[in-house]
Amino acid sequence: MSHNMELTMVKGNEALGEAAVRAGCRFFFGYPITPQSELPAYMARRMPEVGGTYLQAESEVAAINMVLGASAAGVRVMTSSSSPGYSLKQEGISYMIGSQLPAVVVNVMRGGPGLGNIQPAQGDYFQMVKGGGHGDYHMVVVAPSTVQELVNLTVLAFELADKYSNPVGIIADGLLGQTMEPVRFPEIMEDPGPEKKSFALTGARGRAKRIITSLELSPEALEKHNDKLQAKFAVMKQNEARWEEYKCEDAELVVVAFGTSARVARAAVDAARQLGLKVGMFRPITVWPFPSEALAALTERGVKRFLDVEMSAGQMIEDVQLSVLGKAKVEFYGRTGGIVPTPREILNEIQKVLGGETK
Amino acid sequence: MKQVAGKPESMSPVVTHYCPGCSHGVVHRLIAEVLDELGLREKTIGVASVGCSVLAYNYFETDFVQSPHGRAPAVATGVKRANPNACVFTYQGDGDMAAIGTSEVIHAAVRGEKITAIMYNNGIYGMTGGQMSPTTLMGAVTATTPYGRGPEAGMPYRMAEILATAPGAAYVARTHVADVGNIVKTKRAIKKAFELQMKGVGFTMVEVLGNCPTNWGITPSESNKYVTGDMLAYFPLGELKDVTKEVPAGVHA
Repeated sequence: MSHNMELTMVKGNEALGEAAVRAGCRFFFGYPITPQSELPAYMARRMPEVGGTYLQAESEVAAINMVLGASAAGVRVMTSSSSPGYSLKQEGISYMIGSQLPAVVVNVMRGGPGLGNIQPAQGDYFQMVKGGGHGDYHMVVVAPSTVQELVNLTVLAFELADKYSNPVGIIADGLLGQTMEPVRFPEIMEDPGPEKKSFALTGARGRAKRIITSLELSPEALEKHNDKLQAKFAVMKQNEARWEEYKCEDAELVVVAFGTSARVARAAVDAARQLGLKVGMFRPITVWPFPSEALAALTERGVKRFLDVEMSAGQMIEDVQLSVLGKAKVEFYGRTGGIVPTPREILNEIQKVLGGETK
Repeated sequence: MKQVAGKPESMSPVVTHYCPGCSHGVVHRLIAEVLDELGLREKTIGVASVGCSVLAYNYFETDFVQSPHGRAPAVATGVKRANPNACVFTYQGDGDMAAIGTSEVIHAAVRGEKITAIMYNNGIYGMTGGQMSPTTLMGAVTATTPYGRGPEAGMPYRMAEILATAPGAAYVARTHVADVGNIVKTKRAIKKAFELQMKGVGFTMVEVLGNCPTNWGITPSESNKYVTGDMLAYFPLGELKDVTKEVPAGVHA
């Protein structure tokens, strides 16, 4: 792969890896699982070229804990997995959030539950957005829908992780990971490094010792710690919601979708417009924080119906419903099992919802 | 000037939470003395585990990170890879290392991670109230073996021997701290482990047999006798692996 600002054709998983390198990430701990395996393979090849460290862990559990250790040492670090493997990482993610350690954690989702299959799916929305691990916590989760956006959001993920000293999740799926698209990479940035992090463990030379822990045995101390975390989550919620509105200006029906579903929904919206239907799309770019206010604002502008489209049995729909608070009707269309809906299927649903079903 | 008494610089001036008669404090002190003697305090990053020694970070005057249960060798791997000049050690119990953390410690050893893992083996889960651990001796009565450990719970296994078989292990030893002579020997083993780590030779591990008067339900003095009696009968002492003493294969003159 060329490493300049030229437009290059890159597979999603590899683009993600290169974007991490550009963001100054020099430490990657991974474990093979389809459909994200090109990412660790890319890092295994690329890290030595930039003086970085790639290590294949013995499990996803070990990988996330290596991430915890490297983050405690003050460096930018990433790990990636797919659904079953992401489940295993959640213990470590909870510890990292409790210990206020930054990192970027990628989930290239596949069909579930259980071993499921290796086809693209979005059934991990709950586990990535609502917690998954134990305890009260949140993390910013970005949801790219094109390979270029995957690149841009990966860089953003590293910046937000350091900004809030909190892990940031990238929620992708097997289709995005496997798709090749032309992308532009940003210039290589430098890891701010341990010197810029007041928590970084570098050895207690000429300073007091530093302790990184998520343990607070006294209830009062733990509640105080939680208050501090919650205050941080509140700032994240206030500042980091991102979304896209597509043809929503005069829309009577708005399709809500993220990631690969949104890619397909966009084509369905275009097709609906050609039929003269006033349809738009609302695409959360961050699924946490969920862009609730922006979605709610659409109801003020006359949107009476939403069609939530997901590659799951309906998970994000709960956030859509919480956002519109009954001010508009929320319909649902979803496919599971690793099936990506077609634009035609979504158009049919749009027509059904608008009462003008045509076959 | 040689310090003959007092607190090592690498120990924090605080009172520990350990029970009366428990040997964790002895092992902590030995590590601190070794860090002082090797001049490593300012470049040491400790990794605390989950169990009685979860608060170890309060007792060492070094940087410390607290790990999820069993994962300390993986956390230490991340720390050391990010900071290869640091001195990195884990401090784990037998429940943490030999049960939930078996995978992490074996693979850290296999990879030859340049870290030192200290396992305090008292054959019981102390923090949670005295349950059977993988190293609990047969017949021993614990909260979860009320009729004594029987064959249905399997036989206790020997962590140090297993780790000594790992190709990346540079130094693996088992010692005990139930009498003065062996406390001195334990310190020697810990020192060697840290020295070999800093020389970059490979993974180093010292399994230290220790007591648990509280959960064994006996006096500290009786508990030390249990270590030197029943435990030693099953867990032989010694340097199980020391690559500095091995003749490289194929180089016989």
